[in-house]
Amino acid sequence: MSDGQTIAVEVTGIEQITPLIKHFTLARIGGGALPAFSGGSHIVVVMRGEAGGSPRVHRNPYSLLSPPYELDTYQIAVRRMEESRGGSHFMHDRLQVGSGLEIAHPVNLFALDKIARKHLLIAGGIGITPILAQLEDLHGGAIPYELHYSVRAPEHAAFLARLRAREGDRVRMYYDCDGQLIDFEGLLAKQPLGTHVYVCGPAGMINRVIDTARAGGWSNSHIHWEQFSAPPVGDAFEVYLARARKSVHVLPEQSLLEAIESAGVEVPYLCRGGVCGFCQTRVLEVDGELLHHDHFLSDADKAKCNTIMPCVSRARGKQVVLDL
Amino acid sequence: MSTVFKPDESFRDDFTFRNSPQAIRRFPLPFPEDEYMYSVNIEPHLPGPPGSVTEFAIDIDEHYVAECKERAIVLAGEPLRFQALPHMLSAQWDCLELIMESLARDYPAHFSLAKQGNRWHWINRPLQIDQSFTFGDVATLPQPPLEYITRQTPGDWVVMDQRDGDLWAEAGMVTTQADWSLDFDVGMRFNEWHGPVPLAHELHVFDRALKFLLNLRLGAPVRRLNWTMTINPRLDTAPENYPKWGPDRTKVTAQNAGELAHLRVELQALWRLPRSNGIVFSIRCYLIAVQELATIPKWARRVHRVLKNLHPALVDYKGLTRYRDAVVEWLAPHDDGSPTTSGTAPE
Repeated sequence: MSDGQTIAVEVTGIEQITPLIKHFTLARIGGGALPAFSGGSHIVVVMRGEAGGSPRVHRNPYSLLSPPYELDTYQIAVRRMEESRGGSHFMHDRLQVGSGLEIAHPVNLFALDKIARKHLLIAGGIGITPILAQLEDLHGGAIPYELHYSVRAPEHAAFLARLRAREGDRVRMYYDCDGQLIDFEGLLAKQPLGTHVYVCGPAGMINRVIDTARAGGWSNSHIHWEQFSAPPVGDAFEVYLARARKSVHVLPEQSLLEAIESAGVEVPYLCRGGVCGFCQTRVLEVDGELLHHDHFLSDADKAKCNTIMPCVSRARGKQVVLDL
Repeated sequence: MSTVFKPDESFRDDFTFRNSPQAIRRFPLPFPEDEYMYSVNIEPHLPGPPGSVTEFAIDIDEHYVAECKERAIVLAGEPLRFQALPHMLSAQWDCLELIMESLARDYPAHFSLAKQGNRWHWINRPLQIDQSFTFGDVATLPQPPLEYITRQTPGDWVVMDQRDGDLWAEAGMVTTQADWSLDFDVGMRFNEWHGPVPLAHELHVFDRALKFLLNLRLGAPVRRLNWTMTINPRLDTAPENYPKWGPDRTKVTAQNAGELAHLRVELQALWRLPRSNGIVFSIRCYLIAVQELATIPKWARRVHRVLKNLHPALVDYKGLTRYRDAVVEWLAPHDDGSPTTSGTAPE
C-alpha cells in the first residue's frame, strides 16, 4: 500500500503562533510512543475531508519540529497558504483538539551530515520547522553550528522564544521589514573547511544559497536543501492509466497523484513534494505537454517527456497515457 | 514451537554442527527454480509461516547458543571483527533497540526488556545475561552498544550511514561471513563494497538496489536470500584466515562431498534506523550439509540441476571451482530427471 503502515493520531494541541502559522501537537490514539526519528524528517499527514459533497483526501508533507528524543507527541507547524488546494485550510479551519488524523512513518530527506565539521543552518519563514528538530540533534554535541533565520517581521518569527532560550547567540535573526538581508556571499566565504550548509525556505532563498555556494567552490555533497513544492493548481486534464485501463480526470486543484489515488490505483510515494523521486511514473504517450514541477528530474530528463512525478507535476493537452 | 538449543555443537576443529530434521525442513532454500541467476530479489520483510525462518524479524533457532559461543571465540582472537566509526554511535543505539525489542517481543520465553524512560533492563535467558543500563549512555554497558547486542544475536550486522546520495558501510560485527572482510570494507560506499561481484554490475543490480535502499522506509524492512557453498560447517570463512580453511576445498571427492560440502544461505534483511537515519544490513548464515538437504528428494534434484548449470563466472566467484563437479557427481544418483514443482517447499 502506498501509505505504508499509517499511524492513527489525534490532535492534542493547537496554537496560533504567528498571524499565518498554527502549531499542532499530535499523539498516538490510545497512547504510547511514536516512532523515533532524526532531525530533518517529515511526516505525510492524511486528511480525509470533502469537497462539493464528495470525499476528498489530502496528503501533505510536514516537517517534524519536536525534539527527536520526545516521542510521546509529534509537533508540526502549518502555514496557511493563500492559494491552498485545501490541505493547509483543512489543517487551519477544520481541525480541533481531539480531531483524528492518519500519519505515515517519518522519512528524512534533509538529514544532517554526520561527518561535517560544522553545520551552517539557514531558514526562511516556515522553513524553520525541520531545522528546529535538527538543532535538537546538534545541541550539546561537539560539532559547532549556527542558525541564520530570516522572516518578514518580528511577529512572523515562529518559535523565536524557544530558539533564543535554547540556542542563545547561535541564532542570528534577520527582519525584512528592517531591511536586514542575509549576506550569503560573506557568510559562506568565511566558513571553515568541512562546513555543511543547510537551507530551507522560499525558492529564491534556496537558489541563492545553492548558487552562491557552488560559485564559491563548495562541493555539492556539502550543500543541503529542502523545499517541498505544494502541487500547483492548474487546468483540469485527462490521463489514461494503461495497465489499470482507467481514465482519470484531474481537477484544477487536485494533483495528478491524488486523482490517480481517488481512482483506486496505488502509486508508491514518500515526500509528495517533488523531492524524492519515489513516485516516478513512465509516460507512454503524450499529446500535449508535461508540466514538470519537481526538483528530482534533470532538465534533460524533463525534456524527454517519458517520465513524470505525479505528486507535483501536471499535463496540458488532449491525452496522456501513463504506465500504471 | 519451543526450541531446544544445542550449546555444545562446534563450527571449527571437530565440526560437531548438525541440523535436526526440523531444522532441515525449515532450511531457507534459495532456489525456487531449477536454474539460478542474479536478480534484485528484494521483498518486504513480513512475517512468514509459523516455524519458518521468517516467522519473526530475527530468527532464533537451535544453533543460537552455539553461534554466540563461536562469535566470542572469533572476537577473542580478532577484536577488529567488530568496528564502528565514531559518527555511528547513534546508529549503534538504534540497532540495539531494534534487536532487543524484536527478540523480547517475539521470544518472551527467552528474552525480556523492561523500560523506565532511559533506564532499560535486558534479560537473555539462554545466555544467562541480566543487564541494567541507560539507553544512550555507553558507560553503562560492558561493550559499545552494537558489539554488546550482536554478541547475543545470530548473523552478521553491517550498519550503513546515508549521506551524499550513497550508503557507507561504517560499523559492523562480522564473524560468519562468506569470504569478505569488514576490516577491509569499512568506510566504503555501496558500489565499492560490492565491487568484486561479477556480472551484477553489468546488470545494474547494485545501481537499482542502491536507489531502492536510499528510500527504504522506517517500519518497512526488506529481505532477500543469497547463497554460496562452504566446506565443513564453518561459519567463519574470513579472507584473513584463508590458509585455515581454503585448503579444505582440495579434500572434497565425489565420495565425501555429501558430508563435507555445505550449502551456505544468507537471509539478508535491511531496516531503516530511526534516530541515525542509517540502514542496518543483517546477514544471517544458515548451513546445511549436502547429505542433509538430500534427505528431501525435491531439494536433491533441484540443487543438482542448479549446480550443474551454474554460470562459470558464478562458479569462480563463489569459490566452487575446485569441488563443484564432485558435489554434482555426489548428487547425480539423487536426480532421476523427474520434474520439480516450482517454489522451495519440500513437497
